[in-house]
Amino acid sequence: MFKDLFRTKPKYVTVRPQAVSIKQDTSAGLWQKCPQCMNLIYKKGLEKNYYVCEKCGFHFRIGVWERLRQVADEGSFEELHTHLASENPLDFPGYSDKLAQAQEKTGLDEALIIGQAAIQGNPCMLAIADFDFMAGSMGSVVGERVTRTFEAAIEEDLPVVIFSAGGGGARMQEGILSLMQMAKTSQAVERHNRAGLLYLSVLTNPTLGGVYASFASLGDILIAEPGALVGFAGPRIVEETTRQKLPNGFQTAEFAMEHGMIDKIVQRKDLRHTLGRILSLHGKGLVPSA
Amino acid sequence: MRNGLFEWEKPLYELELRIAELQKFTTEEDMDLSREIATLEKKADYLRREIYQNLSAWQQVLLARHPKRPTTLEYIEMIFDDFIELHGDRCYRDDPAIVGGVATFEGIPVTVIGPQKGRDTKENIRRNFGLPHPEGYRKALRLMEQADKFSRPIVSLIDVVGAYPGIEAEERGQGNAIAECIRQMSFLRVPIVCVITGEGGSGGALAIGIGDHILMLEHAWYSVISPEMCAQILWKDSTRASDAAEALKLTAEDLIGLGAIDAIVPEPLGGAHKNHQEAGANLKAALRENLGALLKIPEDSLVEKRLARFRRLGQWREKAVVVSEHR
Repeated sequence: MFKDLFRTKPKYVTVRPQAVSIKQDTSAGLWQKCPQCMNLIYKKGLEKNYYVCEKCGFHFRIGVWERLRQVADEGSFEELHTHLASENPLDFPGYSDKLAQAQEKTGLDEALIIGQAAIQGNPCMLAIADFDFMAGSMGSVVGERVTRTFEAAIEEDLPVVIFSAGGGGARMQEGILSLMQMAKTSQAVERHNRAGLLYLSVLTNPTLGGVYASFASLGDILIAEPGALVGFAGPRIVEETTRQKLPNGFQTAEFAMEHGMIDKIVQRKDLRHTLGRILSLHGKGLVPSA
Repeated sequence: MRNGLFEWEKPLYELELRIAELQKFTTEEDMDLSREIATLEKKADYLRREIYQNLSAWQQVLLARHPKRPTTLEYIEMIFDDFIELHGDRCYRDDPAIVGGVATFEGIPVTVIGPQKGRDTKENIRRNFGLPHPEGYRKALRLMEQADKFSRPIVSLIDVVGAYPGIEAEERGQGNAIAECIRQMSFLRVPIVCVITGEGGSGGALAIGIGDHILMLEHAWYSVISPEMCAQILWKDSTRASDAAEALKLTAEDLIGLGAIDAIVPEPLGGAHKNHQEAGANLKAALRENLGALLKIPEDSLVEKRLARFRRLGQWREKAVVVSEHR
């Protein structure tokens, strides 16, 4: 009965290459400049290389469908809870317009999509955030979707994999309701944890504020992409408050790794394989790999 | 603000001064001015209500930050007996920005925790203006887990602008310290009453704000972000904090409507700083009522009820799903 809630209207996604949004995109032509090493990269090559600069390893930001294409088994994704739509509960000035703009820009209805998928044959509940949608921030709908991801995973006895890109943290425009999503999602994580199930949290650039200080940092295993910004208060706020010069590489994935905040930094091209291996190691009854 | 008085209180203050002068005159010159005094007092009463019952969101924020507002330790002293402060997170250091310990509340042993602002500049520097580091949250969690072990109810008194945004705080995992506090506090099997006594700023407040009953003092504020920071981010102009305060819906009255808090604890007219004893007595009465109610709930259903309370929060609309949409 409860299961049926998650089973309505299965949708199979075909990946649209044009939905890939790269904020760093400055040229409209065939070439893309790497913002880190200034190298000119042939766009077709960039696409083949997981949107990572071949020369310096800079990880370009990618949208949800490209992420899905890179990590999930083809055709395995079944999107859930697409019927939840954001409102403007506080009548916050300009919020409705911002939502509409973000929807226009990304083609998404909110900053996070969720669904059931398989990674190298391992079924899991998968959630992916999109930074280009209001900085990947968490309002009521994102919080509700994250919560339902864990609830569905408990119901289906599945692990959870979340790609967070919540640089905007808890979304200001929904005020206290956004703050409460931090509580709600953390509680869902813990219920899933108590069911003995695995939660893999992948921190992509950037994961900050209320997203990091709730579900994103509560994974059994925390993985980050190279160079991803990971932390609580953003670097600008830290700099302004303390009036101190920030150390080199402050709040990068490497910094978080050095200080014991994450388990692993994984190159984008290796993500699918690493996730697949970790998932299969935690599977119920191991199946020998081919 | 001058001499602890806000700009908007000035007309009232001037009127009060005139009344005092007339009273002095009456006794010194033996003249009967009681009629004039009565008229002025009536006017003052009216003005008092007019001013304090129509405070804007931003005025409430300023009130909640009044330097003479009772701090956590002052409330503890007024409300609890035999408070024994306990220290340290057993990992790094004792964070003076969060205090906690065991005490009795009307004979019942309880654990009480809360951020502590300084009462003067020297203490404020020592306590980092009440802005906790990760070790503060880890200490709070350690004390709350002990409360769970010994079946003691928990009272969390919250007055914090936010968790400290510093280099070392980040190095020691501020975000994760907050997340762990939220997660563990949610599943403790003892009654928890949280009270926003002054400022309730963001994750730094929520970290110790997961409870069965969440109360808020009349002029306290509680929000996802401070109004100044919100204005800075949205409009690149921190002087528009009053607009942000309005938009964020951060007053006790707003929050009860959004389901984030359960009850409002009245303050003395003009704010808690005007009369500490009255503020303390009001809070004590509220705690008596709320703890009493929670102690009657069986242990097994307490956590489920707490989780259900938070599970409901959020607002969205269900839309019709067009399968081909965007694909």
